[in-house]
Amino acid sequence: MIIVKTDLCDFCGICVSVCPVDVIELFEARLVIDQQKCTACLNCVKVCPIRVLEFDK
Amino acid sequence: MKEYYNIVVVGAGPAGSTAARIAAQNGAKVLLLEKDREIGIPVRCGEAVGETGLKRILEPKPEWIANKIEAVRLIAPDGTIVKVYHEDIGFILDRKRFDYDLAMMAGLQGVKVVTKAYVYGLIYENGAITGVKVLHLGNHFQIKVKIVIGADGVESRVGRWAGLKTNVRLKDMETCVQMTVSNIKLERSYCDFYFSNQIAPGGYLWVFPKNEHLANIGLGISGEHAAHKAPLLYLKEFIEKRFPEAAVLTTVAGGVPCAPFMDKVVTNGLILVGDAAHQANPLTGGGIIQSIIASEIAGKVAAEAVKENDVSEDRLSEYAKEWEKENGSSHRRAYRLKEAVYKLTDDDLNRTAAAISKKPPEKQTIVNIFKTALIQHPKLIPDIIKMFLN
Repeated sequence: MIIVKTDLCDFCGICVSVCPVDVIELFEARLVIDQQKCTACLNCVKVCPIRVLEFDK
Repeated sequence: MKEYYNIVVVGAGPAGSTAARIAAQNGAKVLLLEKDREIGIPVRCGEAVGETGLKRILEPKPEWIANKIEAVRLIAPDGTIVKVYHEDIGFILDRKRFDYDLAMMAGLQGVKVVTKAYVYGLIYENGAITGVKVLHLGNHFQIKVKIVIGADGVESRVGRWAGLKTNVRLKDMETCVQMTVSNIKLERSYCDFYFSNQIAPGGYLWVFPKNEHLANIGLGISGEHAAHKAPLLYLKEFIEKRFPEAAVLTTVAGGVPCAPFMDKVVTNGLILVGDAAHQANPLTGGGIIQSIIASEIAGKVAAEAVKENDVSEDRLSEYAKEWEKENGSSHRRAYRLKEAVYKLTDDDLNRTAAAISKKPPEKQTIVNIFKTALIQHPKLIPDIIKMFLN
């Protein structure tokens, strides 16, 4: 699953845009990933400028 | 917030506020929704804009301008500085004031502006978009409209909900981080761009001064490169090396779609503008001017479509067609140049800087710089000429 380190997140939305299956939802100060529908392509992990997201097998 | 408007605009950045203002000016009842608590912040932008471009869309107010730029300098990997010979000057904006004012101007045209309003879905009736679902201060609302304008930035979920392909490939996403730093000393009239695969692979690093002691220092690199090393790390290394005494006042992350021209920006009852429609120049990542021009067209077409009671894709395509005419070939040109430029090696860049430095100052033009850099790509010469001489 994808772990969101919320304390580090800047809520910029870049991960939302590269998600091929649209399972990331961004609120003003909250990022929510639907882990059930996530395909673990890791685009979001790779694109994050400040490394907020982590993949945990 | 009422239950019914002609048009709802999702996102109050420059694109959204402009589309809302122009639609209202043309007679529509417009609701402008912003998910954040305050319009204009956080500023996810280097804030540089050309004078000609800005004056084309709006008469600049003094309070929007933080600094005037007289020249652009390109810095090669080996440190060679090329001062670009150019007649156009530029500005470093105060985007907070700029965005705030654009929303205020929309308000003055009768647009209803609501902040802390999160749009989480579209409403469909008989297969047609008839509104948006909004979460505002803990309450859920269903707002009925004729047209939804998606100005929801890089996330661009509004478009996706309606079946438009707004997601961006990793290679076409510039992943950015910027620090606003003080306790530095700069020449305030120069914008500096660093090109180097050590500093910003598949992109560039910018130093945009707000005054002698304050600057936006940021970088954007392609998503493919970011996979190997975080943009934040590249930026920290640069600032520690060049400006070890810098006080970091702000750090912001962000993304810019530097993607191919998006042909399909409308569907039945829905229009996309700004970053949501990938309207930034893929070569430079700059998007303020194009977004505002596109949004002016979109606002007008949307208001007319409401009046005619025809919000079909066919009717709204007038916006797509005008936008194609306005920016289609220029965008495609910029994309081709981006593809070539960001593959240049550090040796190519050093060679270019050395060759250009030997020319007299008035020959150190952007056209000559690109021609020299892309000497292996003679097919791109017409693109270079058209791109920069228009």
